[in-house]
Amino acid sequence: MVAMKAIEITDLYYAYHNGRYALRGVTLSIMAGEKVALVGPNGAGKSTLLLHLNGILRGRGTVRILGEEIPGHNLPRIRAQVGLVFQDPDDQLFSPSVFDDVAFGPLYAGLPEHEVRRRVAWALAQVGLEGYSERLSHHLSQGEKKRAAIASVLSMEPAILALDEPTSGLDPRARRRLIEFLRQLPQTILCATHDMHLVAEIFPRMVILDEGLVVADGPTQELLDNTSLLEAHGLERPWPYKPQEHGTP
Amino acid sequence: MAGEHLHALDGYRARTSPVHHLDARVKLVLALLFILSAVLTPTGAWPAYILLTALVWSAIILSQVGMGFVQRRTAVVMPFALAAVTVIFTTPGRPVLTVWKFDITDHGLLRLISILLKSWLSIQAAVLLTACTPFPALLQAMSALRIPRVLVVILGFTYRYIFVIGDEALRLIRGRAARSGDLNGKGGGTLLWRARVTGNMAGSLFLRSIERSERVYAAMLARGYDGQIRTLNHPTVRPSELVLMLAGSLLLVLIQLLARLRW
Repeated sequence: MVAMKAIEITDLYYAYHNGRYALRGVTLSIMAGEKVALVGPNGAGKSTLLLHLNGILRGRGTVRILGEEIPGHNLPRIRAQVGLVFQDPDDQLFSPSVFDDVAFGPLYAGLPEHEVRRRVAWALAQVGLEGYSERLSHHLSQGEKKRAAIASVLSMEPAILALDEPTSGLDPRARRRLIEFLRQLPQTILCATHDMHLVAEIFPRMVILDEGLVVADGPTQELLDNTSLLEAHGLERPWPYKPQEHGTP
Repeated sequence: MAGEHLHALDGYRARTSPVHHLDARVKLVLALLFILSAVLTPTGAWPAYILLTALVWSAIILSQVGMGFVQRRTAVVMPFALAAVTVIFTTPGRPVLTVWKFDITDHGLLRLISILLKSWLSIQAAVLLTACTPFPALLQAMSALRIPRVLVVILGFTYRYIFVIGDEALRLIRGRAARSGDLNGKGGGTLLWRARVTGNMAGSLFLRSIERSERVYAAMLARGYDGQIRTLNHPTVRPSELVLMLAGSLLLVLIQLLARLRW
């Protein structure tokens, strides 16, 4: 396959109702199949940027998804291409049962019933929640909710996954499961996170966003070695990045 | 994140009884007809009340959810029926007792007792319905019965988020309790101050809910929501269950006839 740009953002500005700019000229392009971490302090604009990927927020500038510019008449198709996973799974799981939530995307894509059911079963199997379809969302643990939220976008078979803080609020075991799961996903991934271990483990490329601007964009290893850059933007090198030396030789 | 949740609102009790297995549509229709029947039963038709009680109690026993459980949940709602208490004064009849300047009439008393009985019967049916039918199935049954989808969807959201908002309220209350130390034996502040704190908590809960509603809407849009409400088709009701529904409806009609012809 010819390498194509999955996400192409050019000079994107976005202001909140109060006039404060959340994005101040973001330019970013991500190739199909790339896995990119989006890091930066709270309020840097990470979530705002993700919400632009399927036209929920519309700022000044251009956003192209798989070569198509949004917004346009193509919005439903783009929304099926970009699976947006929200930070709080209680926002994403709005239906009474897990089945209804995972079926929501396919149902709105107008798929026939047997295909909807097939996709729900497939998506739940992908995240290891087989047999959960009749469960009520409010009875799930936080880790299960996160996985159900991911299943609810996987069922649309998106080409791009936009994840917002996938590991926040998870205990170590649930977090480990999620990391192993994300590692084997074939999709293009743009993942906003504070979890620098996660970044170091599965994202070869890292973008630092601060005060609405891309301040660094490059190979994760290189950026993580640049301590002064990390410190300037309130980030930490994952620990243990290098074993500490003990005592004198 | 795990921990205590607000489970008091969740009325479903998982069992493997015949009542649980029954199609949700059949249960919903029968419960609604039962409530309608209880409401329509004339004042003082005691045998009809006894028959209705026998019906709902049989269903409760069959369902294995526990008579105590149903009665406890019914008791929570019963006080609302007391709103009808004014009928003891307003119904014309022979005065039996005078409270201050108002006469309590015999017909009025009879009517109040009937209303309380009807409420008690109806609430038991509703409690039983929710105890042996998972809420999503109930929602599907409603949309299958052509209840406007907007209403069904609103009910669905209410059911989903009442727990989320309830948990949020629980955390707020816990946060307040954790800081409500008692330094010199007279903590607690004035009533006005406490009312203000409670008001602030309600306000903060309201704001959080509005913000959440915006995020939920964004999540719906992200998955293709376009303003139309869509659901999967419903499988057909099995013939045996259809027969049960007709038999149950017929029984209720018979009870009504009995109540009206005899009284």
